[in-house]
Amino acid sequence: MASLARKNLFHDRVRFAVTLTGIVFSVVLATVQLGLFLGFTAATADVIDHSGADLWIVSTGATHLEGVTAFGEQQAFRAMATPGVARVEKRVVQFGQWKRPDGAQEGVLLVGFEPAGELGRPWNVVAGDVRALEQADTVFVDELYADKLGVTHLGQTAEIGGYRARVVGFTRGIRTFTTAPPVFTSFKNAQNYFGLREDQVLALLVSVTPGADVAAVQRALAALRDVDVHTTAEWSRRQQTYWMFGTGAGITVLIAAALGIIVGVVVVAQTIYAATVDHIREFGTLKAMGATNGFIYGVILQQALTSGALGYAAGMAIALAVATASQQGTTAILVPPWLALALFALTLGMCALASIVSINKVTRLDPAMVFKG
Amino acid sequence: MTPLLAVEQVTKTYDMGGAPVHALRGVDLALHAGEVLLLLGPSGSGKTTLLSIMGCILQATSGKVIVGGRDVARAAERDLPAVRLRHFGFVFQGFNLFPALTAAENVEVALGLKGVRGRAARTAALEALAAVDLADKASALPANLSGGQKQRVAIARALAGDPSIILADEPTAALDSTSGQLVMDLLRSLASRHERAVVIVTHDSRTIRYADRIVAIEDGRLASTTEAVA
Ligand SMILES: Nc1ncnc2c1ncn2[C@@H]1O[C@H](COP(=O)(O)OP(=O)(O)OP(=O)(O)O)[C@@H](O)[C@H]1O
Ligand SMILES: [Mg+2]
Repeated sequence: MASLARKNLFHDRVRFAVTLTGIVFSVVLATVQLGLFLGFTAATADVIDHSGADLWIVSTGATHLEGVTAFGEQQAFRAMATPGVARVEKRVVQFGQWKRPDGAQEGVLLVGFEPAGELGRPWNVVAGDVRALEQADTVFVDELYADKLGVTHLGQTAEIGGYRARVVGFTRGIRTFTTAPPVFTSFKNAQNYFGLREDQVLALLVSVTPGADVAAVQRALAALRDVDVHTTAEWSRRQQTYWMFGTGAGITVLIAAALGIIVGVVVVAQTIYAATVDHIREFGTLKAMGATNGFIYGVILQQALTSGALGYAAGMAIALAVATASQQGTTAILVPPWLALALFALTLGMCALASIVSINKVTRLDPAMVFKG
Repeated sequence: MTPLLAVEQVTKTYDMGGAPVHALRGVDLALHAGEVLLLLGPSGSGKTTLLSIMGCILQATSGKVIVGGRDVARAAERDLPAVRLRHFGFVFQGFNLFPALTAAENVEVALGLKGVRGRAARTAALEALAAVDLADKASALPANLSGGQKQRVAIARALAGDPSIILADEPTAALDSTSGQLVMDLLRSLASRHERAVVIVTHDSRTIRYADRIVAIEDGRLASTTEAVA
């Protein structure tokens, strides 16, 4: 059985190449599209997931980080007085206008944090010291977007909202979902750039004392008025949901991912079906020779699963190479192990299903099929 | 003498999109060890249908199909592979060899179904090929064999399971006359030397001299039976 299946596959090299090409194409397509979806989803909440905070305090009803409204900083003092709270740090996140050194305008996502604090700091810093942001009118930008921002080296000066912005550091690989690159600055600078009053904040980041129950602290903080208190995970999910499901751009990525899966599944099914039907007369002959249906299923499944596994291996290798290359760009393709595994199962599942559908043709054997000259 | 196989009052009605096609209309036929039976008839008369029902790859609409003393006409689908494996060897007009397998491997597939594997299968396959005078083609792929050689491999394959009945549908139709004769000689000798029964569906009048019995079929009924004078 094993050798019949194997030899059937490798006998007609062209046929086999066509089958593999179909599966490889499908696996690459589905992996890249889903990887893009995951990459975008992660990017929307990058600055939340990397904040190091346990809880976020934002204006009531806020659906996403970029859409919060300002509230008074006295909330920070009240939060600080709540049992179980270790730190409270002020935060500003807003879209702003960046005027490049050459005068061109770009939208940016400005993230203001407390350089002396511990929460919500830029990560993957590759040049400069975060403490340098304590100076007035200083910013960190990401290398990925240096071109877009017209920045080539440290010390260059641009403008944000009419104020000077001197580049004092670079990060590497901090992405946003929108086309607006992230720009880190101090909370104080950000207040200036956005014209906020000195006692206004857009968000508060909270860490709890070691051993404290985050949920209990969250319940205690719920006493604060006119704000919502989310755990970082909840807030991250809310942010991702808003961008991926609530905006046209997100829906577009979602549809592309769904199409990637659908097209992939259809191509795999069609390819395997055609490859199996190609051998239908041989399966009919086997049946006439006294082979049981189980034996014939075995041969057909083995052919389909071998094609599926080889096609998957080659396709995933290509997709992973593409995903690795994408780390150098502003659009990351993420292929976590669970995705690779799920697609492996899906590929083999589709191969098995498509071949079994064609098996039906054999099990209700039409003698005409084997007796035709 | 009990027949190896008997069909009694067999009918077969195909459903052609609602319209019934009466391919067989009550056929009685018994097959005895050692005989070569020729089934002659015009196109569409029901020859292939009858052969398929005899070989248990098609179910009769009504009637009995008695193989080895047991009526299998209404047997469950999953019991039939064992019946086919034990009793029948098929030879097809189009040979139906597995194109990816060598001549010897083609025979080994049939042996494998019988549970013969490995060295024993290889030895038996080579013997079967020698019996059809193709020992030197054991490792040739079907694509590299002539039509007559392919049909001889197919016969070797059909014999490998040592069936009591060989069913051949137009085995010489695709062959030139020399190869055709060789194949008929082979089938003839199988019957006389090994107490098998051989049923051959044919259009080819040159094959008549190989027969012990000639059954003419017309429009789904047996029209006449001629016993050959030995
Ligand atoms: N699967 C099928 N569905 C419907 N009708 C069928 C089917 N197979 C055969 N028939 C019909 O049954 C009749 C007998 O067909 P069969 O193939 O047995 O004839 P045959 O004698 O073998 O013909 P030929 O010499 O052309 O091979 C024909 O009318 C044919 O059209
Ligand atoms: Mg026919």
